[in-house]
Amino acid sequence: MPIEVIFFIEVLVGGLLAGVMYSLVALGFVLIYKASGVFNFAQGAMVFFAALTFVSLLEMQWNFWLALLVTLAVMVVLGLVTERVVLRPLTNQPPITLFMATIGLAFVLEGLSQLIWGSQPHGLDLGIADVPIEWLSQRWNVNISQFDIFAACIAGLLVAVLAVFFQKTRIGRALRAVADDHQAALAVGIPLQHIWAIVWAVAGFVALVAGLIWGVRNGVQFALTFVALKALPVLLIGGFESIPGAIIGGLIIGATEKVAEVYFGPMVGGGIESWFAYVVALLFLLVRPEGLFGEKHIDRV
Amino acid sequence: MILSVENVSLAFGGVKALSEVSFEVKEHEIRAIIGPNGAGKSSMLNVLNGVYQPQQGKIRFKDEEFERMDPHEAASLGIARTFQNIALFKGMTVLDNLMTGRNLRMRCNFLQQALWLGPAKREELQHRRAVEQIIDFLEIQHIRKTPVGRLPYGLQKRVELGRALAAEPKLLLLDEPMAGMNLEEKQDMCRFVLDVNDQYGTTIVLIEHDMGVVMDISDRVVVLDYGRKIADGTPEAVRNDQKVIDAYLGVAH
Repeated sequence: MPIEVIFFIEVLVGGLLAGVMYSLVALGFVLIYKASGVFNFAQGAMVFFAALTFVSLLEMQWNFWLALLVTLAVMVVLGLVTERVVLRPLTNQPPITLFMATIGLAFVLEGLSQLIWGSQPHGLDLGIADVPIEWLSQRWNVNISQFDIFAACIAGLLVAVLAVFFQKTRIGRALRAVADDHQAALAVGIPLQHIWAIVWAVAGFVALVAGLIWGVRNGVQFALTFVALKALPVLLIGGFESIPGAIIGGLIIGATEKVAEVYFGPMVGGGIESWFAYVVALLFLLVRPEGLFGEKHIDRV
Repeated sequence: MILSVENVSLAFGGVKALSEVSFEVKEHEIRAIIGPNGAGKSSMLNVLNGVYQPQQGKIRFKDEEFERMDPHEAASLGIARTFQNIALFKGMTVLDNLMTGRNLRMRCNFLQQALWLGPAKREELQHRRAVEQIIDFLEIQHIRKTPVGRLPYGLQKRVELGRALAAEPKLLLLDEPMAGMNLEEKQDMCRFVLDVNDQYGTTIVLIEHDMGVVMDISDRVVVLDYGRKIADGTPEAVRNDQKVIDAYLGVAH
């Protein structure tokens, strides 16, 4: 294969796989938005909190699986506490109030995690090296990181499980029902608080997975909270209510931003990767404001 | 007596929505609540399923006495309802909407469902069968998979009735089930309400504006005006009651 083609494939695949990692973060947003109509600004802080807790436990010489289990428990408890302390008192308040509450929650979480575990950055190793897959390099001369592939598989699995859960089970249906109409959900006997608690706990779990994957890539440090901002364009493209949308959106963002950086970046002096995603999202907004998979709202007049 | 309302009063700040209203509902009857706009009909229904909490009075449902209900408790006791301005889950299909009605009857826990284990699957299928029967009963087979938001108004009302029925309620509260319908849709709805009462033996309390409908299908009628009960009895008795006529037509001063 000519070298240009190989290079393009590497850039594209690298971008797509990076996109999957954005999707992981976006997924947490989608879960909570679907169930409560709240844009959870604290998702990034949750990712950070989960990763920091896990890595700190590891550094205290805990067993890997034990640390994972304990961190998961901590995230679930965090979700339950959030529901009890922040959301329940705000039932039936307008979405903007809930949104503001999650901003507050984000700062509390960021402060709390650094208070408990300190603020120095940590490295994280899950035992899967971030190196090119050998046979791919030898056979086709294409370099693709095996960790990226691993991350993509995890994300794919997570999405598949969540999609089935939402579509096929009673609790999934109840989650969608609550998202759609609180009053009606109450009338058919769906306990609102119960559902919110579940969804925050699941979002905590997703934050943990995202935190681990991102922690390996970028190190566990305060900057992890900013990956949440990268999830925004993914949500704008995929739609806030769609789990598959989060994945497709992530792929689109990841691929376009890498390709743009490599091929158009040099024309403007480079560094466009960090903001190109938002340009793509803006263009998308103009054409399809509800996102690729969002629900189109038609108002009766 | 399946339901009795005793001296219920409800106020919002200084506005009295209901004052000392009492009435009873017999098992298996169709009981209508009528009255001019703002008479407190919807408030009464909202008290019955716990959306509003009355300041005074008691509700007795199946030998149990309540000072107040809450919506979840009411649902688990077997009280289902529909809303005046349709509260369906608009993004979900007809089938899913009806399945939410069976939420309280499903027992499998979070873990079993998350892992989609055998019991969860069996339970899902069993409830799906029950819902399909209701779909047949209401003749909405053709829209089973349609998102509810895309359906015309009359059909949405029918789906909402279906969701309430899916819970197999003892008591069904219908808030203006025929509002905004054309003649044909009204006739269909009347037929369904009567059939529900007949085939499932469900006790029904309904609010309706269309006098023709009320007189045709209800066994007994409560009349409210300015939050007070002004008449109670068979449709014929109520129709000829001077107070009722005054309330509807106004009195010369």
